[in-house]
Amino acid sequence: MTQVSITVNGKASSRDIPDTMLLSDFLREELRLTGTHIGCDTSQCGACVVHVNGKAVKSCTALAVSLDGAEVTTVEGLANGELHPMQAAFNEHHGLQCGFCTPGMIMSGIDMVNRYKAEGRTLDEAAIRHELEGNICRCTGYHNIVKAIGDAAAKM
Amino acid sequence: MSDGIGARVKRREDKRFITGKGKYTDDIRMDNQAYAAFVRSPHASARVTNIDASAALAMEGVVAVHTGPEMKEDGIGDIITGWAITSKDGSPMTCGVWNPMVTEFARYVGDAIAIVIADTQDLARIAAEAVEVTYEELPACVNPADALKDGAPQVHGNVPGNLIFDWEVGDEAAADEGLAKATHVTEIDLINNRLSPNAIEPRSAVAIFDDAEDHYTLYSTSQNPHVARLVLSAFYNVAPEHKLRVIAPDVGGGFGSKIYIYPEEIACLWASMKTKRSVKWTAQRTESFMTDAHARDHVTKARMGFDADGKITGFKIDTIANIGAYVSLFATATPTYLYGTLASGVYDIPGIYCNVKAVHTNTAPVDAYRGAGRPEATYMIERLIEMSARQLGMDPAELRRKNFIREFPYQTPVILQYDSGDFDACLDKAQALADVAGFPARKAEAAARGKLRGIGYSTFIEACGIAPSAAVGSLGSAVGLWESAEVRVNPVGTIEILTGCHSHGQGHETTFCQLAAEKFGVPIDNVKLVHGDTDAVQFGMGTYGSRSGPVGMSAVMKALEKVEAKVKKIAAHQLEASEDDIVIEGGEVSVAGTDKKMAWHEVGLAAYIAHNLPEGMEPGLKEGSFFDPVNFSFPSGCFICEVEVDPDTGETEIVQFVSADDFGVIINPMIVEGQVHGGVTQGIGQALTECVVYDESGQLVTGSYMDYTMPRADNVPSFKVEHSSTPSPTNPLGIKGCGEAGAIGSPPAVINAITDAIGTDNLQMPATPQAVWMALQSAQTSMAAE
Repeated sequence: MTQVSITVNGKASSRDIPDTMLLSDFLREELRLTGTHIGCDTSQCGACVVHVNGKAVKSCTALAVSLDGAEVTTVEGLANGELHPMQAAFNEHHGLQCGFCTPGMIMSGIDMVNRYKAEGRTLDEAAIRHELEGNICRCTGYHNIVKAIGDAAAKM
Repeated sequence: MSDGIGARVKRREDKRFITGKGKYTDDIRMDNQAYAAFVRSPHASARVTNIDASAALAMEGVVAVHTGPEMKEDGIGDIITGWAITSKDGSPMTCGVWNPMVTEFARYVGDAIAIVIADTQDLARIAAEAVEVTYEELPACVNPADALKDGAPQVHGNVPGNLIFDWEVGDEAAADEGLAKATHVTEIDLINNRLSPNAIEPRSAVAIFDDAEDHYTLYSTSQNPHVARLVLSAFYNVAPEHKLRVIAPDVGGGFGSKIYIYPEEIACLWASMKTKRSVKWTAQRTESFMTDAHARDHVTKARMGFDADGKITGFKIDTIANIGAYVSLFATATPTYLYGTLASGVYDIPGIYCNVKAVHTNTAPVDAYRGAGRPEATYMIERLIEMSARQLGMDPAELRRKNFIREFPYQTPVILQYDSGDFDACLDKAQALADVAGFPARKAEAAARGKLRGIGYSTFIEACGIAPSAAVGSLGSAVGLWESAEVRVNPVGTIEILTGCHSHGQGHETTFCQLAAEKFGVPIDNVKLVHGDTDAVQFGMGTYGSRSGPVGMSAVMKALEKVEAKVKKIAAHQLEASEDDIVIEGGEVSVAGTDKKMAWHEVGLAAYIAHNLPEGMEPGLKEGSFFDPVNFSFPSGCFICEVEVDPDTGETEIVQFVSADDFGVIINPMIVEGQVHGGVTQGIGQALTECVVYDESGQLVTGSYMDYTMPRADNVPSFKVEHSSTPSPTNPLGIKGCGEAGAIGSPPAVINAITDAIGTDNLQMPATPQAVWMALQSAQTSMAAE
């Protein structure tokens, strides 16, 4: 067991945890933030994407003990009184059906918009589709997810 | 009317999902939570000779290890199938026994041997590894085409030759006669590739035994919680129905794979009783690949005959359908009454005969997955039509038009009677959307870039709105396929709609409420849908087979009509008018042509206060309905796909995909379009990337997302989706259902486009770059030889 302090959605949390605990389990089981989902065992599906120190990370790939002192944002931490533009765009454009991949899609969407803006690059449809290679959706055929991210990019 | 039928109402369920507040089964954790892991067979076929759990049980925090023989001893029943098929010689089907956990023989990789219960999930999984099972390995039968051969290993001792049934539909003599007089016969050998449904939420169960109440609760990733409760009670002997509550909370996609009641749910309930702990199990993705019911897996030979004018004269089909190691719930209906009965497609064919041999193999059970049988039928018919056009030198759209059915009702030679449709209208609309006239120029432009551009059609029909109870009963179904609804108007006028159709992505919490908004003009915010809990909702049959609209919503509409009748009676009484003059509109109940009116909520209140009701009327405002359709519904449509193939790599890019569907009346176009996008993408996945692979020994090669290629965002284009509607005459709303069309119609459109591009029809799914490149090489070699 190792003590770890991680700030999640602005709130500091210290826990004694096994060294083998993944960040995804730390969020879901220790903090009961169940918006971060587990859809595979191999870091392919992207349902578990969160932001660690401002960057998208698959939380099933990170050991929680390696993140002592880190700032983590999960899907639960996005809305600040009102929905984040990316969340609103997913509703506006019907970018979700069963909702299971959605938290990861939203976190990846925000990350790609931030990166492209910082780098001064254009996030067009082809770029969005390419950037989504680490997120699998079985319901939407991606059509409306791509639209939602494109729309949110204009509003962020 | 802004929230009524036809409105693009934004989804009301979205907020909890986009803020991370959805409540899925794995999100539930009880106070005394224990966790389950399964010991699974690593062999495709083996006799279990010993199970030694002592090392696992010695670990601190391991609660129990239980096995199949113990389960049997406790009277837990074997897993049933819901549809009995009769072979063509009149004999009943023969299938192997499916023990929820192995009692002696393991018959596929992943077959459950034992359940391990521990204090944590990690510990349960580690302890499962420590259970020592001794196996006597046996030869495995893996390939369905080999299963019927002499000397093939026998999957079950009681199923000679692995043959479950040998079924037929249609008229063999008529088909033979049609083929004999044909001036051209097109032949095809097809493999319909085996798929894994892959809902992104893995299956999960939380089983809670309440010792004091002698009562069970099961949270389960189910598309049909009432069916689960019925089967768990009546056949698996877990508990009688009134002592078992099944809740399907938010469910992360199903696509058919979550219809079935799997060994894990049964074992968790049973283990919860034995350990007096709440038992949770959540599949890892590899377990999902091993044990979620697989799909498709047909080997087919088919011949279609044409006269000199291009009219189809006869059609004959021979299919071997792989059912897997055990016969799952709807596994036998899928390759028969959902497949052979669709062999007429959208075409007027005088003679059709379809023979299906269903076989056991040492692979995971195969059952219904989005489309279920109808994609297999459509793929076969639409590839044959396209190939025939090429062989006859005809335009593929014109050959289709030459054979379209245009008069309804139309009795096919394979049981079904189509009730409506306008196949020309869908084809016209799709051709316009796809700018077919501009294709030659696009092909030339692509050629200048070194790319091979091709175009492919699929014009299809499906039997949805599953299903008329007596009809399916006469064909072997053990259940009726009606749906129930209840509408409760509360004393304050707000409305609750209760349905047996579970929503797991389909947006029912929005669309079902649109019906009440339409009917009474009340704001949709005053309407709520209740579903997914056997304690809350009356018995219902669940969500599958594109039935929530045509069957589930029809039940709701009938209940709404009963409420409407009672409201009119109450208002007429209180306003001293004739019932016939009462108008319900915009949230008001008024007397036509007068200023006499009551607010909607005042009628609700009047019904419950009951101070002034018509003589003899019962208080309250709550009505129920069971709707049993008189026929299937028949959505149809046309897809046109355009691809570009890179001849150097064999890589295919889908550059355009258009869809013109006839779904009858549409409640919410936004949601219907979303269903099409998703269904088409699953079909594109089947056509281009997906295939479950077992090696010769029965080992599952595609056990993770690193090996099984799910379609990603850059495998698909943005879609052009339009509609051309003929209302269904067989349900009160005129709905046909939209859930499966995309997956049913799209694979042949994609493959027809690729084969057009590369100039050879010698291509099987999935059309991976390697498969396309090899087909292209062999076509070029044979062209050079000529």
